[in-house]
Amino acid sequence: MYIIVAGGGKVGFYLGRELLAQGHEVLLIEKDPRRADMIQNELGNVVMVGMADEAAILEEAGAARADVICAVTGDDEDNLVISQVARKRFRVPRAIARINNPKNEEIFRLLGIDEVVSSTDLILAALEQEIPSETLVPLLRLRHADVEIVEAIIGPGSPLVGTALRDLRLPEQSNIAVIIREGNPIFPNPATTLRAGDEVIAMTRSNLEEQLRRLFFSQAAV
Amino acid sequence: MNVLIMGCGRVGARLAKLLAAAGHEVTVLDVNANAFARLGSEFTGTTLLGNGIDMDVLRRAGIERADAFVAATQGDNRNIMASQIAQKIFRVPRVVTRIYDPIRSDTFAELGLHAISPTVLGANAFYEALTGNQPSPPPS
Repeated sequence: MYIIVAGGGKVGFYLGRELLAQGHEVLLIEKDPRRADMIQNELGNVVMVGMADEAAILEEAGAARADVICAVTGDDEDNLVISQVARKRFRVPRAIARINNPKNEEIFRLLGIDEVVSSTDLILAALEQEIPSETLVPLLRLRHADVEIVEAIIGPGSPLVGTALRDLRLPEQSNIAVIIREGNPIFPNPATTLRAGDEVIAMTRSNLEEQLRRLFFSQAAV
Repeated sequence: MNVLIMGCGRVGARLAKLLAAAGHEVTVLDVNANAFARLGSEFTGTTLLGNGIDMDVLRRAGIERADAFVAATQGDNRNIMASQIAQKIFRVPRVVTRIYDPIRSDTFAELGLHAISPTVLGANAFYEALTGNQPSPPPS
């Protein structure tokens, strides 16, 4: 593939290096001549000095035959304009834009740039995995049987507190195997009621995981 | 008319004063509080500190009620992004964008922005002052 990387900061530099290692044709566009020199010394003759948001530079870079453009400068507005000029003027099939302000994801999408990467969002997502109160934690997957064993923790504000299992609208191919309450396992029956802090271990078909997640964590659960 | 101006530089401030003096309702947005000094003490419009490429800031500045939006900061791309937000997301009826770079100005004019390039206007004015003639279309 021919890939244009706009912006030779840390993200652009390492991205370019990885893409080259994978055997792609890469052109890195960097506005600062000294930075461009430095990259050239490291990566070889794959750097062009200029502003990637200028149509003339993109033209010189051969944007018309590029398969992908990655707009990875440090400024969201620059990345938007680079992606738009590449997509709309040069008909580049794919534009991937880096965003710094997660709120801009919606703006980019509304303005026609669908593929965005937000490091802020990625870090937030990683953090949320450490806060299981709002997500199903996958414990085990029995691949050959397509069965997933997951855990949900019932938060103090959950509408499910006080609900008996028989009133829970579980998806058909799933059941609750055990509830850990204050460190002790409870093997539940239909009359068992949920309490705040319960760790509910459920077994389900993989494709029903989302239904189960909604059951445990959306307000309209019961 | 209710006008929201992003960027209180020389152009933004002067335009704000002209519009306010003509009886229009004007709100000026800038990231730098000192910039509002350019408006002088007689300015009757509203000023708001904030970044115009942030939808929440634009809402606070009253973009949902605005009849017109002007992007006049120093940054072409910031102006382009804010103008597209105003035009495509908030559906402001009249949006005008300052774009210094003539090529970029053409590109986004093709994409539906009303772009004004001070570079082109300035060069043309100089040409006319020097030669007494209008310049023929510039080489691209």
